[in-house]
Amino acid sequence: MNMADFSSIAPILMVSLAACATMLAEAFRKQDDRAAGVWFGVFGLIGLAGAIVTSIFSHWNHSMLGFGVISIDNFTVFFNVMLCAIGILTILLSIGNAERDHLPSGEYYTLMLFAIAGMMMMASTTDLLVIFIALEVMSLGVYVMTAIKRSSAEGVEAGFKYFVLGAFSSAFFLYGIAMAHAVSGTTKLDEIGMRIASSSLDPSILLILSMVLLIVGFAFKVGAVPFHMWVPDAYQGAPTLVTGFMSTGVKVAAMAAFVRVFLSAFEPLRIEWIPILSVIAALTMILGTVVGVAQTSVKRMLAYSSVAHAGYLLVGLVAASTAGKAAILFYLVAYSVTNLGAFGVLAALTSGDRPHDDVRDFAGMWKERPGLSALLTVFLLSLGGFPPMVGFIGKWYIFNAAIQEGMYTLAILGVLTSVVSVFFYLRVVVMMYMSDETAPEHRPAVSAVTTAGLLLALIAVIYLGVLPGGLLSIAADSVASIF
Amino acid sequence: MLPEPTLNTYLALSAVLFSIGTAGVFLRRNLITILLSVEVMLNAVNLTFVAVDRFLGTVDGQIIAFFVITVAAAEAAVGLAILIALYRHRETLSPDAFTTLKW
Repeated sequence: MNMADFSSIAPILMVSLAACATMLAEAFRKQDDRAAGVWFGVFGLIGLAGAIVTSIFSHWNHSMLGFGVISIDNFTVFFNVMLCAIGILTILLSIGNAERDHLPSGEYYTLMLFAIAGMMMMASTTDLLVIFIALEVMSLGVYVMTAIKRSSAEGVEAGFKYFVLGAFSSAFFLYGIAMAHAVSGTTKLDEIGMRIASSSLDPSILLILSMVLLIVGFAFKVGAVPFHMWVPDAYQGAPTLVTGFMSTGVKVAAMAAFVRVFLSAFEPLRIEWIPILSVIAALTMILGTVVGVAQTSVKRMLAYSSVAHAGYLLVGLVAASTAGKAAILFYLVAYSVTNLGAFGVLAALTSGDRPHDDVRDFAGMWKERPGLSALLTVFLLSLGGFPPMVGFIGKWYIFNAAIQEGMYTLAILGVLTSVVSVFFYLRVVVMMYMSDETAPEHRPAVSAVTTAGLLLALIAVIYLGVLPGGLLSIAADSVASIF
Repeated sequence: MLPEPTLNTYLALSAVLFSIGTAGVFLRRNLITILLSVEVMLNAVNLTFVAVDRFLGTVDGQIIAFFVITVAAAEAAVGLAILIALYRHRETLSPDAFTTLKW
């Protein structure tokens, strides 16, 4: 153990320390201290900003291996920065709103920061066992965050469903690790990769089983069909702020590990996993879109939309040429900022205990809240893939990669489902702008911090949509460092 | 006289245990039993790790088993806590009662 080991986990340590600070502050605060929530948020912002600065300035282009399992490469740095940015945006959207929604702010920020530390570890490790432990650190935090509003029957029910299916899927994931361990006697990705490469022409049944079980585990976490059952329930039942966080953070971290495992160690088994993942990707896009059309709850609609987006990401993974790998990373950024923005607007509209969730609640919102309506319109159009928003560019790169690899069916399916999905995004927009009636809803005021968070997301969505080149070349550099 | 157990015997046993756990999650109509079934699945995996280890003559898998036990304990704590919060709302442990959220 030396300084390099600790330097490699410095970003994760900073986030964990911020989490410990909020936990201690919560334990010692005065009961009637109303400003406490803001301070918890500030602790989190400091820790996350420190982690971003460390990652960029001391880890970019400076690869090292910590403790034999934490690999610092540009891929890791990319995901560390993205996950911390997701955390910062979520905290900006949460300050003030978490107290208004009666969430226990100490627990809320602590769990969020610990979950982010788990996500960062998941994206940076090269050992299957550490991926499993990081996955559990992340998931346990997010399970509790889903059920954090104990007075809400829906929230607790959503949390339990998420927990049972999550624990179930991580058992599959672990069994996959056990199979890989049985074949190669190790859980390190590079050694497993060598073992697989030496027998890729005639892989043993245990290796194939291991691969399938790992796919099941990852597919659960990214919310791909047929393992998506928890997504709509968890997303709808959880407090809106939590939904925004888990729909982005969990998916990004799981996708990072998915890409790392399947494009490094399991790369020699490409022939075996491409058909499986192609079918999953196609089903995911179709089901997410078709069922999304039938929803009247906007949160549930966005949940199915995020299932469909998982499908597009899997298309990127299947078509992982050099361009395809960078496209996955770009798409994850595009999806994260857009989705956080959309859920941020929904969270800002939730008044007290009454959810602002049904499509009809948005009727005539344009007259009362022109700013929020415009923001939500931009985010929804970006999710639907309209130019010049970032969602369009993300989809363009993914489908382009699929066509380059000759996967025309997947590319055509992707374009078709994107077109259909526009229907349910536009339904909300039409409701806001073109409905004559006005929902008799009291919509709460939006705080300055929330506005700042939403504007940041808006700037990212437009900027990356108009000038995607910079981010794309960073994504390409990140991918080039390991594959 | 039973034959000497080989690695395959242990792998088969753990596969059977894992299947029993999986079936339990789907078939049992009590939330606590469902949690127990997940624990059975995790312990089936532990058996694989330890059996392979003994076969290879290493200790990695046995150490991994401790990690898995720890994770399982943390998972049980969170699961039971959420279960208690849920019970306070519904006063039942039957999964059929939880239908507030559905498509």
